[in-house]
Amino acid sequence: MKLTVQDLNSHYGPAHILFDIGFEVGEGEVVALLGRNGAGKSTTFRSIVGLVAQRSGRITFEGKDVSSKPTHEIVREGLGYVPEERRIFTDLTVEENLEVGRQPKRPNAPHWTREKLFALFPNLGEMKNRPGGRMSGGEQQMLTIARTLMGNPSLVLLDEPSEGLSPKIVEQMVDAILTMKKEGVSIVVSEQNLHFARLISDRAYIIERGRICFGGTMAELDARPDIRDAHLSL
Amino acid sequence: MAFYVVQFLTGLASAASLFLVASGLSIIFGVTRIVNFAHGAFYMIGAYIAFTLTERLSGAFGFWGGIVLAALAVALIGVIVEMVLLRRIYHAPELFQLLATFGLTLMVEDLVVLIWGPDDLVGRRAPGFKGAIDFFGQNIPSYDLFLIVLGPVVLGILWLLFQRTRWGVLVRAATQDRDMVAALGVNQKWLFTSVFAVGVFLAALGGALQIPRDAVHHAMDLRIIVEVFVVVVIGGLGSIVGAFVAAVLVSELNAFGILIFPKISIILVFLVMAVVLIVRPWGLFGKPEAAARKTPGLTVNPWRPLTSNERLMALAALIVAALLPLFAGNYLLTVGSEIAIFVIFAVSLHFLMSVGGLASFGHAAYFGLGAYGIAFLAKMAGLPMIVCLLLGPLLGCMGAAVFGFFAVQLSGVYFAMLTLAFAQIVWSIAFQWVNVTGGDNGILGLWPSSWAASPSRFYWLALGVAALVTVALRAMVFSPFGYALRATRDSGLRSEAIGIDAKRIQWTAFVIAGTTAGIGGALFAYLKGSVFPDNLGISLSVDALVMVLLGGVETVSGAVIGAIVYKALNIWLVSQTDLSKLVLGGFIMLIVVVFPKGIVGMLEMLAQRRKKASPPGSPLLAKPIESAE
Repeated sequence: MKLTVQDLNSHYGPAHILFDIGFEVGEGEVVALLGRNGAGKSTTFRSIVGLVAQRSGRITFEGKDVSSKPTHEIVREGLGYVPEERRIFTDLTVEENLEVGRQPKRPNAPHWTREKLFALFPNLGEMKNRPGGRMSGGEQQMLTIARTLMGNPSLVLLDEPSEGLSPKIVEQMVDAILTMKKEGVSIVVSEQNLHFARLISDRAYIIERGRICFGGTMAELDARPDIRDAHLSL
Repeated sequence: MAFYVVQFLTGLASAASLFLVASGLSIIFGVTRIVNFAHGAFYMIGAYIAFTLTERLSGAFGFWGGIVLAALAVALIGVIVEMVLLRRIYHAPELFQLLATFGLTLMVEDLVVLIWGPDDLVGRRAPGFKGAIDFFGQNIPSYDLFLIVLGPVVLGILWLLFQRTRWGVLVRAATQDRDMVAALGVNQKWLFTSVFAVGVFLAALGGALQIPRDAVHHAMDLRIIVEVFVVVVIGGLGSIVGAFVAAVLVSELNAFGILIFPKISIILVFLVMAVVLIVRPWGLFGKPEAAARKTPGLTVNPWRPLTSNERLMALAALIVAALLPLFAGNYLLTVGSEIAIFVIFAVSLHFLMSVGGLASFGHAAYFGLGAYGIAFLAKMAGLPMIVCLLLGPLLGCMGAAVFGFFAVQLSGVYFAMLTLAFAQIVWSIAFQWVNVTGGDNGILGLWPSSWAASPSRFYWLALGVAALVTVALRAMVFSPFGYALRATRDSGLRSEAIGIDAKRIQWTAFVIAGTTAGIGGALFAYLKGSVFPDNLGISLSVDALVMVLLGGVETVSGAVIGAIVYKALNIWLVSQTDLSKLVLGGFIMLIVVVFPKGIVGMLEMLAQRRKKASPPGSPLLAKPIESAE
């Protein structure tokens, strides 16, 4: 297994947010983490990369226990994280944003260069010196993904990559994610949009109120409209 | 004409050191969000070490090498301070770090006297720059010309460092979003340490380069830190270019202000700062900050009114305090009165800081205004004490109304700096308007009427007022006004969205806090029998901050305990040792590291832990610390 999460519990102050979350991601797999707003998707990701201080449980990445490591060490192991709110550095240019993400090559992961990323996201190549703050939402979303790929991760946590984007940009995003998959990057993508998830994912987990309540292939999920309607429909 | 050119060049030369120190402060704040009060102390140590090294090492290499070595040595001290002290408290509430660096400053002030003695030290002249250049009959020291060139050179080097190196890119990224930088695999710890080292290096270099111009003395830290705060705020926090422009501006204002307005030269700089902050709240080159991601608080105890048992305990404590005159002598009673007065002062700032979320760095202004109010009423109008006590604080109230109106337009560090500027303006007026205020000599001979003249009666008066004020402010915390104020503190946007006029609420809180401080000041004037500009000075403002933070900024009434502990310790230490600042500074740092929630915050936590099983308080009073995502 590429990534195994077991019994993950997280708290914000007195509030218990995640309850015994567990899931697995295989080598080269794209796994969707589906759930409504506030279900705990982002908190799950933030907990995995160590951005939530109060967390317990076991997180194994490429056979190594990373549960108690600080964020930067987890990321340096090759576990990339693309946050939901984009959080690009608005004062920095596209090139500089990529520079922040740059990490050495990794033997077991595809190596990304600026050129390769500009080929993957042609828009970015046209605005190398533009400050991040003067880009559209879609361009910013591409930049966050490209920035994380500069770290040559072997697995990426993608937090709601389609949120707030126009259908055309979403299409580009699907292509980009499929390219990443083809290159050999394992991906966990959190989504509210089942349609989007279906286009890219091999398997899916459904999270509701901080608990995993379903796990299976996309076909298995489609065979259970009751689950889909109970946890995903708006 | 030549005279003015020379004056201008002198200003430019002074700007060089100011810029070095200010840019260091700015860089450190940008990344670590720490307002490094100890920056002036590092500047001072830089000067002292450079003095020693340049005396010991001979020749030109000895001098210049000594300067650089001194700056490097201080940078190393900075690294140790960062790793041992600051790393432990990055997650403490914002102003706690200020408290820690303030403690450090206190310690350094005593340490330099211990090591180098209390006398001014005059350093060597710079080899190669010993003479002066004749300019149409006016002399310009050639060292000044060196400094004038050095400023832009350092600016250029810093610019290259930040724009052209990976380190610079990382620092700029971290200035905006530290967590995200960590989430991209960058080790924040070392980034912070290196940034702190660079900032401290610049401060120490600024100090070391001053030795051929000025004597080295043990009060140079406070003088520079105030100026540097002003520079950084005018230029815009985090902007190096801004720091440069503002350093030049401030130095020139100083150089020419003294010629044109000798009477109000001190005010001039602060006036400019106030205007800049009102017109461009983020400084000349600063950028409006994206709503900062709130650092989660440490305590999660919801605020609640005291239970009836706790009320009885507080009442019992008050009764015990009121019994003090039965067994204490006059000295102790005077000390008791002073502590009670400082409880009033601290509680008023606590109200503004903890309930309103507005940390004022110039709260002493309203304390002092209350004191001067008494002085004017009693000495000039000859009114009796009871009338004075009722009317005197109104001066503090009016001051708070005027300054508060402008101050609440800003928030965070900028609010703090604007309040500091206002306090300095008031201080300058008291200091320089000798005809009315007596200037440095103050106004003497204010004695209480006979009904309050004896130490025990005055003590009861002070204690009673302190208790009254504390209860009143507490009641306000749990009143609708208090809810509205806390709502604006926790989320300005959300509270505006439900129809709370945030600015008006904050302004009201500012006036309440200012008036309360004025009450404290009024009593203080009678206690001391005199009023001095120091009553509105920075050190008094800082004392108040320390008291609040020591008690626990996230508590409802921690300031009461903070004031008692700090003031009692302070008075006791001054009477016991010559090194009171060293001990006090060490104590403050210890508290910060060991009890980052303040004394009361820690007690609350212990109490909480003991009865963990009991259900939480009313959800209405719960204070959301960090919202789930």
